[in-house]
Amino acid sequence: MNITINVKVNGVKYSNTVEPRLLLVHYLRDVLRLTGTHIGCDTSNCGACTIHLNGMATKSCTLLAVQADGMEITTIEGLAKDDQLHPLQEAFRECHGLQCGFCTPGMIMTAADLLQHNPNPNEEEIRTALEGNLCRCTGYHNIVKAVEFAATKMKKEVAV
Amino acid sequence: MSTNGLIGKSVKRVEDKRFITGRGKYTDDIILPGQTYAAFLRSPFAHAKILEITTEAAKAMPGVIAIYTGEDLREVNGVPCGWQVNFKDGTTMKEPKHPLLAVDKVRHVGEAVAIVIADTREHAVDAAEAIMVDYEDLSCVIDPLKAAQPGAPLVHDDVPGNVCFDWNLGNPPGEVDEALKNSAHVTTLEFVNQRLVPNAIEPRSYNSSYDEANDRYTLYTSTQNPHLIRLLMCAFVLGIPEHKVRVVGPDVGGGFGSKIFHYTEEALLTWCSRKTRRPVKWTATRSESFVTDAHGRDHVTKAEMGFDNEGRITALRVKTYANLGAYLSTFGSCVPTYLHGTLMQGLYTTPKINIDVTAVFSHSTPVDAYRGAGRPEATYLLERLIDLGAQELNIDPAELRFKNFIPPFDGVNQPGYQTQVALQYDSGNYEGVLKKGLEMAGYENFRNEQKANSNGKLIGIGISTYIEACGIAPSAVVGSLGARAGLYEVGQVRVQPTGKVSVYTGAHSHGQGHETTFAQVVADKLGIPMDDVEIIHGDSEAVAFGMGTYGSRSLAVGGSAIVKSIEKIIEKGKKIVAHKLEASADDIEFANGKFTVKGTDKSMGFGDVALTAYVPHVYPKDLEPGLDFSSFYDPANFTYPFGCHIAIVEVEKATGKVQLKRFIAVDDVGNVINPMIVEGQIHGGVVQGVGQALFEGADYDENGQLTNASYMDYCMPRADDLPMIETGSQVTPCPHNPLGVKGAGEAGCIGSTPAVVNAVLDALWKGGYTVKDIPMPLTSERVWKAMQ
Ligand code: FES
Ligand code: FES
Repeated sequence: MNITINVKVNGVKYSNTVEPRLLLVHYLRDVLRLTGTHIGCDTSNCGACTIHLNGMATKSCTLLAVQADGMEITTIEGLAKDDQLHPLQEAFRECHGLQCGFCTPGMIMTAADLLQHNPNPNEEEIRTALEGNLCRCTGYHNIVKAVEFAATKMKKEVAV
Repeated sequence: MSTNGLIGKSVKRVEDKRFITGRGKYTDDIILPGQTYAAFLRSPFAHAKILEITTEAAKAMPGVIAIYTGEDLREVNGVPCGWQVNFKDGTTMKEPKHPLLAVDKVRHVGEAVAIVIADTREHAVDAAEAIMVDYEDLSCVIDPLKAAQPGAPLVHDDVPGNVCFDWNLGNPPGEVDEALKNSAHVTTLEFVNQRLVPNAIEPRSYNSSYDEANDRYTLYTSTQNPHLIRLLMCAFVLGIPEHKVRVVGPDVGGGFGSKIFHYTEEALLTWCSRKTRRPVKWTATRSESFVTDAHGRDHVTKAEMGFDNEGRITALRVKTYANLGAYLSTFGSCVPTYLHGTLMQGLYTTPKINIDVTAVFSHSTPVDAYRGAGRPEATYLLERLIDLGAQELNIDPAELRFKNFIPPFDGVNQPGYQTQVALQYDSGNYEGVLKKGLEMAGYENFRNEQKANSNGKLIGIGISTYIEACGIAPSAVVGSLGARAGLYEVGQVRVQPTGKVSVYTGAHSHGQGHETTFAQVVADKLGIPMDDVEIIHGDSEAVAFGMGTYGSRSLAVGGSAIVKSIEKIIEKGKKIVAHKLEASADDIEFANGKFTVKGTDKSMGFGDVALTAYVPHVYPKDLEPGLDFSSFYDPANFTYPFGCHIAIVEVEKATGKVQLKRFIAVDDVGNVINPMIVEGQIHGGVVQGVGQALFEGADYDENGQLTNASYMDYCMPRADDLPMIETGSQVTPCPHNPLGVKGAGEAGCIGSTPAVVNAVLDALWKGGYTVKDIPMPLTSERVWKAMQ
């Protein structure tokens, strides 16, 4: 029995009929074709699929599409506002926080959640916050730098 | 000829835009019209006879288009091995067929037994679960030493003793035995370099289609070398015409070696797409990746290093058993031999060296190149031995290294250094990197602090000084050593009529940032803005040919091919300008994007020259129009980056928990085009090497089950396990390629592992625990046990 869900993704309303077993990450990738959200594992350990669900960083492989019914979702594609990159997106480029780019959307979404709750994190807090996201390329060094860079930039923007 | 200063600058990456906005295009992101999905039924046994496969019920399930088993592919070739190594007696290595689907027998957990093609991924998986296979479980062997024992279960009936080949390199064994016998001290170490799972975060993914009307195939694949895959698949496996096959490696989410190889699934999906006349896509689940991506390392070694009374190394004798897994992967044979044995000289003047390698099959996932491929194993061996030697001789490990270093040589005024194990090093200043590393680490202070040991903590410092061979490689040399391919690279530079430049490279970027580094080289050499240059790679239809990216070869070989083409462009440009400005071509100079007649103010801009080449109204009679050159660059030698890595650790007495406090990496990778990117490569490599030292390892049980085949169980370094990496550099240019570059992709991973292990053992030793070795990974449990 397929089920109809209504969700708002990156500000756009969608209504789709889906199989109850369809994972949210597959719904985003295959149905909505938002392929910026990646899949790196099948045990919810890599964080490549991280999105914001009602504003909270969530691994979209850990829930079914039907569980997201009625909710608001932001994916990496919706993070930039009015063609203006999110400070974290800029920071990842500025600090060389990515290499192959596969973990990057998940990293950015997780870091964005951190900065919402803690605009002024120290290195240890950043590392702890990113502990659920695997990156095999960067050794995390420049990712941590990027988050620090974005935090500083966002503070400045608020101050202005 | 540097003209606008772009070479050497930390230019921000041009490829980043698409990745930070979620617009990268990886293979699994592609859905083709009429797309179907494949799922595999894989063996749950390490070794079993296939008695019967029943697919009827599965075939009747919703959405199923086709199901194939090994029986359907009996006549199809297996995937080939790209490097032939001969037995010591000159006979060819054993090359059992590596079938696309298992026939009669399965030889490792995860080997594919059947493929289902269905209209959705879910339907394919459902049907795969409904296939019934009757197996007869057989006894298996995983450990390479046990596999080589008489009476061990055979992986292939026609490979006696499971030995694929044995191999020896260096000075005659008798001479080495003699030198060891005459040594004042011999340090002996028996150890395991454990098996690792590469774990690129993007799982392997393929999407293959067949266009019947034009008899053409297209394969999208998460590969590091699309042209090589096309060649192997067409010529060796499927026997389909190469010119009718397009292979594309789009954005690829990391490789680390594991995406070099031609995998069975690539050929099988292509075969299926023709059978079904539908595009077929498959993306590995992480569980599948763990048991089917080629693994790395897995050596069991005994090594002996002799010293004279002054601490000078007299000889080195090595015996390694290398585990190849159940089948020969594409480069499985050359990793423990030509990428490992040839590095036994290290940075030291060791006069007598002999290494003996026995490569064996076992009932496990095939083993092949993983970041560093053979060189991390060689470095681990040497750097652990010299450190242990220092402990035993009671000499400071830094001092012992200084005593034994090959003196500096630049390869121009001083010749290259001929090793005892076939290679000739290009240029080096080994004491330089160690000096710098010690300085950055504050070595003496640390030693004093350690002696004072005021707070009762176990702290240790570990050094590793490494050399590696990369920029592979001169085709004639590797050909004589058994490579079945040339290892040149192709670089085409197409100047468009408006002066914009398209560059086609056979190298492939899967995180290395070629679109930036290569564009820097081109823009700098042509004196034009970087925005005017685009780097195109990864598509066999666009790029003439290519050998791909591995062995830290992209810039040294691929970059050099591009430089060769640029030289041809400038050369031709001079002729065009000479004709237009009525001067002699010898009098034309090129700098900063401008052609000038020597000693005059008459000049032509690069854009004007391009336009003239395509609108040749006033043009030399004997010159072809157009400004487009392609070059093959075959390097004269390998390149030899080197460096010094230093780890500082703290070991918790009560639990054995190791904390990495600081990590210092001083790497000499020759000239550097983009320091930011090179540092990034070092960071990533270092952390992978730290992963091997402290966290990672494939755990097979005696039944051949990989017991930690998920991210929940296989421990990889995470952000909160690590300190910041302190990097330093030294530049000793490579004397034999036009950019003077050596390669930086693997250095981090090669140097770091022994530094960490040496640091832990230093902490224990200095704390009064005489521990000779702890098998990696150095988990709390293992360290604690060693202390008891
Ligand atoms: S795919 Fe969701 S955590 Fe790995
Ligand atoms: S950038 Fe490749 S996995 Fe993080």
